[in-house]
Amino acid sequence: MGNMTEKRRLELEKYFDPKGSFASLRMAQMKRAWKQSNRRELNWLENTYIPTLMEGLWLTSKHFFYNLTFHVFHLFGLYKEIPAAVTYQYPEKPRPLALRLRTRHRLTKREDGSVRCVACMMCETICPARCIEITAAEHPDPNIEKYPFEFNIDLGKCVYCGFCVEACPEDAIRMDTNKLDIAEYTRQNMIYNKKRLMEG
Amino acid sequence: MNDVLIKFILSAGTLLIVFGIAGLLTWVERKQSALMQDRIGANRATIFGFKAMGLFHIFADVLKMLSKEEFIPEGANKFLFNLAPYLSITFALVGFAAIPIGGELVLNGHAIQLQAANLNIALIYIFAMMSMGIYGVVLAGFSSNNNYAFLGGIRGAAQMISYEITMAAAITGVIMVFNTLDLQMLDRAQGAYMFGGWIPKWGVFVQPLSFLLFLTAAAAETKRIPFDLPEGESEIIGYFVEYSGMKFGMFFMADLVETVLVAALMTTLFLGGWQVPYLHPDGFYFPWGGHMALSNLPVVILGVLSFFIKVSFFIWTLMAVRWTFPRFRYDQLMNLGWKILLPASLVNIAITAVVIIFLR
Repeated sequence: MGNMTEKRRLELEKYFDPKGSFASLRMAQMKRAWKQSNRRELNWLENTYIPTLMEGLWLTSKHFFYNLTFHVFHLFGLYKEIPAAVTYQYPEKPRPLALRLRTRHRLTKREDGSVRCVACMMCETICPARCIEITAAEHPDPNIEKYPFEFNIDLGKCVYCGFCVEACPEDAIRMDTNKLDIAEYTRQNMIYNKKRLMEG
Repeated sequence: MNDVLIKFILSAGTLLIVFGIAGLLTWVERKQSALMQDRIGANRATIFGFKAMGLFHIFADVLKMLSKEEFIPEGANKFLFNLAPYLSITFALVGFAAIPIGGELVLNGHAIQLQAANLNIALIYIFAMMSMGIYGVVLAGFSSNNNYAFLGGIRGAAQMISYEITMAAAITGVIMVFNTLDLQMLDRAQGAYMFGGWIPKWGVFVQPLSFLLFLTAAAAETKRIPFDLPEGESEIIGYFVEYSGMKFGMFFMADLVETVLVAALMTTLFLGGWQVPYLHPDGFYFPWGGHMALSNLPVVILGVLSFFIKVSFFIWTLMAVRWTFPRFRYDQLMNLGWKILLPASLVNIAITAVVIIFLR
């Protein structure tokens, strides 16, 4: 309680009777509160607010001149690796995404370019949002039983939980396209079919 | 005939320069605030794929404002409602007539003062015009038939009247030191030197307290943060809440023009206007003994350049202040104006008077 003045002690004592019950306890409580609030009297120079204002101007000016210098350097193609702003110019330069982030789905392909999915319906079954819709058909190759004749994901319903990826036994569906800005004019367009999903 | 032509060219030039600077300030404000806050700022408006660092946003803004509907609210006084923005911008602009942008240019034996109106009461004229600017704010708030606009108008009137007094009292010290109201004479008087010729006798060196007070009051005069009570974006939208389209744009421009005016006034009063350190009408005389002879034209060009560099510095300062500090509460604003700035400026007058008597 180094900076507690006599004036402040008197102010504290206004709020309770120093001879009443639990007086010392409440005094200690209040002293603790004062200490935690970290308040102190301002001296006259601080009371003019001029030092604080100057400090604020100094801080913003430092940022201004630092960024201005690097913007000028960037104009001449120098020090491109040091950024002059913390923002990202979004559509041209998206911000870096985490490696394990779940983004829009894609259907992986075999070596011959056909779809890897065998239409086992695992993903459609596990999907909590019921946004996957598969119509299976018989595969011409006798070694492969089925293939998806239709494979629709309604991205308007999808909750991006990633269960479909976990459930897939063939590694046929992945969520690693890093595409986040999915927008369409109609709900119908939000349903991505097999072709769009295979384009990646 | 020649004199009229010269005056016409000077006034047109001043007007164009001021409009140019004020238009540019919309861009400067965005970019400077962006740099101060580690952002990039407006850079999306393009013409044929050129971005030009966002400079085309000025044209985009003007186009947007011109193509918007000019809405007049029901129950508004149409005449006053239409008049207010014109008053606001006109009185901000006419003040520039008396500000000297350069020294004495000699052309074919004619001595031309680079000043649109060579008034011997220039300072009083500028202050009168700045006070008249209040009417734009008050009328806008009064005629809009909107309580928030009305509040903004009242606040504007109260604030500007209280700060106008401080402003006038603050520059009284400068007037006492240089003994003139003519701004061209005042600039010329600031070409003297103190302390063995090293420090120019600029207002900021002879009247530092006055400079600080004037800077504060001038920031309040421009009606921008931290003194934007008449506008008050976050509580009442202010006196121009009902304005749209180019009329709003005119209020917006009036604020920026006032910023330029205040910066130019501060330059003239406190930084020697068009004076360049150690530059005399016939060249440089350095205090360490050097001399570089220059003819009239380069001296005048250097003077005009110096004036605009100083003005840009003050505009930068005002912008930095606007983007750094939070706003005042209304009672804090009045406290600052009446209880701190006004007594301080009166004390400044008293001290100046005593010092002048003792130096005599």
